[in-house]
Amino acid sequence: MNKQIPLQNITPAEGQYDDRVDLYAPHEKIYTRAFKGLFRSVRMAGGALLFLIFFGTVWLNHSGHQAVWWNLPERKFYIFGSTFWPQDFILLSGLLIIAAFGLFFITVYAGRIWCGYTCPQSVWTWLFMWCEKITEGDRNQRIRLDHAPVSANKLLRKSAKHSLWLAISLATALTFVGYFSPIRDLCSDLLSGQADGWVYFWISFFTLATYGNAGWLREQVCIYMCPYARFQSVMFDKNTLTVTYDPRRGEPRGARKRNADLRSQQLGDCIDCTLCVQVCPTGIDIRDGLQVECIGCAACIDVCNTVMDKMAYPRGLISYTTEQVLAGQTSSTLRPRLLGYALVLVLMIGLLTSAFLNRSLAGLDVSRDRMLFRENAEGRIENVYSLSVMNKDQVDHIYMLEAKGWPDLQWQGSRQIRVAAGDRLNVPVALSSALEKMPSTTHEVTFILRETDSNTQVEAMSRFIGPTTR
Amino acid sequence: MSTFWSLYVTVLTLGTLVALTWLLFATRKGQRKDLTEETVGHDFDGIEEYDNPLPKWWFVLFLATIVFSVGYLLLYPGLGNWRGLLPGYEYLDAEKKTGFSDGQQGWTAVHEWEREVARAEARFGPLFAKYAALPVEQVAEDPQALKMGARLFASNCSVCHGSDAKGGYGFPNLTDADWRWGGDAQAIKTSILAGRQAVMPPWGAVLGEQGVRDVSAYVLTQLGGRPLPQGTKADSLAGQKTYATMCVACHGPQGKGMPVLGAPDLTHPGAFIYGSSLAQLQQSIFYGRQGQMPAQQATQGNDRVHVLAAYIYSLSRPEKPAAPQ
Repeated sequence: MNKQIPLQNITPAEGQYDDRVDLYAPHEKIYTRAFKGLFRSVRMAGGALLFLIFFGTVWLNHSGHQAVWWNLPERKFYIFGSTFWPQDFILLSGLLIIAAFGLFFITVYAGRIWCGYTCPQSVWTWLFMWCEKITEGDRNQRIRLDHAPVSANKLLRKSAKHSLWLAISLATALTFVGYFSPIRDLCSDLLSGQADGWVYFWISFFTLATYGNAGWLREQVCIYMCPYARFQSVMFDKNTLTVTYDPRRGEPRGARKRNADLRSQQLGDCIDCTLCVQVCPTGIDIRDGLQVECIGCAACIDVCNTVMDKMAYPRGLISYTTEQVLAGQTSSTLRPRLLGYALVLVLMIGLLTSAFLNRSLAGLDVSRDRMLFRENAEGRIENVYSLSVMNKDQVDHIYMLEAKGWPDLQWQGSRQIRVAAGDRLNVPVALSSALEKMPSTTHEVTFILRETDSNTQVEAMSRFIGPTTR
Repeated sequence: MSTFWSLYVTVLTLGTLVALTWLLFATRKGQRKDLTEETVGHDFDGIEEYDNPLPKWWFVLFLATIVFSVGYLLLYPGLGNWRGLLPGYEYLDAEKKTGFSDGQQGWTAVHEWEREVARAEARFGPLFAKYAALPVEQVAEDPQALKMGARLFASNCSVCHGSDAKGGYGFPNLTDADWRWGGDAQAIKTSILAGRQAVMPPWGAVLGEQGVRDVSAYVLTQLGGRPLPQGTKADSLAGQKTYATMCVACHGPQGKGMPVLGAPDLTHPGAFIYGSSLAQLQQSIFYGRQGQMPAQQATQGNDRVHVLAAYIYSLSRPEKPAAPQ
């Protein structure tokens, strides 16, 4: 039953390395072949949606400010009607946990879906490959162009390609920076030459980074640089759906006449057309088995299925399947690990949603003054506090303040405070008590910030200290 | 530092650099030129090591760090008494040719700091100078100046006088009408700029415990209008006689105080900064008080104190409430 895949000795020949030590194998450029298929369509639809969200959201406005805006200097992060302050970063960590468990869940189930369909490195690289196709031609034309001597045609095509690449990179950089520095002002400042030096720096940086990553580095990121790549592979088990070539069906591979009888020639379904290698963006041969370079984009599945159709063989010589199935057994999809991740994911989404909905839009911090206590003009004991009142909402508010501790505790100063939207005010406040009425030398007091209209109530604790009573 | 220690540091540092460079090149000689399958020879728990050459980039980086070190030590004062060749630090101000405070030239961390202070002063100085040219009372009506003063107050004064400027034990309330040293604008500015030193003498040795108690009872009841605690054995009349001889010189015949000497108004016990109970009064009289307002001239300078004085002045004006922070 087990037909061994013949071993290929791929040790480099002696003397390949001369006196100079090359640390990296010389990079061989990958020319991908164009193809069509179901998984490609899925990827394009998903990619189009993600592009729309990335490029489009930055242009939306809400309540007089950009809808999605990370205002770093003021430490305020706007998402439509909500403003997040640094105190809310716990919500961000919740979001990251959800993202992590979402990734674990999908990876255990179906392998490197993220890499092949949604990772920005992949998505931008596919786009840049399309630019190559429309300027330099299809795979064979591109290979010929690269080996051709310099000519007007070559220069024209190359510069067209690089211009397209740079244009896309620039748009990407502008959009990315636009999430931090409102994009409408950003663009008008750049066009009128009034932008700050740092703006030019960051736009150039991200343009070059996009251009370099998607134009040149491409699969080098996936193979050598990305930690995601390495630990995603670690999460596979024998029930994970991965892009797999079925050697039971395909071997022994070999060319044959179109309508030949397979059994009589003792050939497998694989006709060794090497199309699966030609379309692969990381340049591997999936018939060698699961490899660390495989990003699970299913390009090989799509192109092999078109070949199977032409040969009138059943589809699925390369398909999403599991190790269990290849070993001839049934796969169990709903396994403890997968269910565990799903459970945690659902739980975290629930927790985050409720934390977000119950988030208070006002903040109160109390800082007791350094002095122990003082005696005021009426002979009462006073303690002084600095209250920090934060309005985290996007409209102005008037808050009421009070303090609780024991009946005789009195508030000296204004009890009402008006705070502008997104502002933070420092209010000095004194509390007083008659010495005899204090329950103990030091006692806890609670400051309460209230706004009756929006049902907001925030509390902060501090201490009230008096002289030692005997 | 002395010549010995300077040489000590220099010889050890440069010697180490030379030794490292030698080590780096010496170990390179024995290395293979290409990748190999042979192992170095040792075997730790089954883990062996290929005898591959060090990566070229690693070697180049090491070399680069050595070159950087040499450059750094030439430019900056790292080797003993060597001043460093870094240009641009001959003067504190290149145009005016003012020197650094220690009279030395060349880069030091202190010189860099002095430059930063000068830069900050050039930037913020004019803001304060603008207000320093106006009379304090006028500055006290400018909202921008009051905001600046409030922030200066919060940074420098609130630790003692309280966030609300209402004082504490030993520190006066700056918002009321009681001023030991005078509450007019110029007196306030002088208090902040030059500081104040209280000189309440200790009367314990002179009057004795009972004498102190008597005069305290007088001050509390007759001048302050407060009742004595139950069971106090004190003679207010004797206290009055003591007051007329000992205390009147500074505190005045009616106990109204004398701003020139910083003697408080004894008829307002609510404004006593050391407390108004009989026990606290006795302590003040028995041991005296040497409270001090530190002078802010050296740390803040005239201009900032001018704005501060305007802010403090505004706090005790009932018609114009102070600007909130």
